[in-house]
Amino acid sequence: MRRLFALLLFVGGPLLYLARRREERRERVHLYYDDGSMVTLEHGAPEADRLLAVGRAAL
Amino acid sequence: MDAVGALADLTEISSQVEAAVVFDEDGTVLASTLDDGAPGERLAGAAIDLLAAAEEQSYGVGRTLTQLEVALREGSVFVVRDQDRSIVATTRADPTSGLVFYDLKTCLRALAESPAKPKRRRTTKERSDA
Repeated sequence: MRRLFALLLFVGGPLLYLARRREERRERVHLYYDDGSMVTLEHGAPEADRLLAVGRAAL
Repeated sequence: MDAVGALADLTEISSQVEAAVVFDEDGTVLASTLDDGAPGERLAGAAIDLLAAAEEQSYGVGRTLTQLEVALREGSVFVVRDQDRSIVATTRADPTSGLVFYDLKTCLRALAESPAKPKRRRTTKERSDA
């Protein structure tokens, strides 16, 4: 039983971490300007974090 | 069409939009799909904060921000602004962004094309001495 738990932790832990990282990477901000250009700010970029926080509060 | 009617059309057309608020440049809520009062004002306030924070970005120098999307795990927040009105909407996660932007712009366009309400004339009753 202890082995099974250790195996689950060993395999499931990293998988859970990677899944969470992948989800976080999907968080982003798209800014569209009047000249037709677009800027994407990825999660982790300092400019994006503030906008993501405000957006999260809005939800 | 007034703001309430435009929002009603929006929520009927777009199944992805969960909540939407139309507000003016001062942040005054013109119409909202949320309950009257605080929730609509809070969403409009967040949209103004988003626009202000986005305009601070160096990328925007010399350009005007017209719309933005904040994509989160829980859902997305969209803001589209016209000359004197803006609309903010929240959706579920992974929305079809292009479609949501199109619906929001259609809503703002419907508001812009609506004829201004005729001003009420003040009528004064003539006083009769009799």
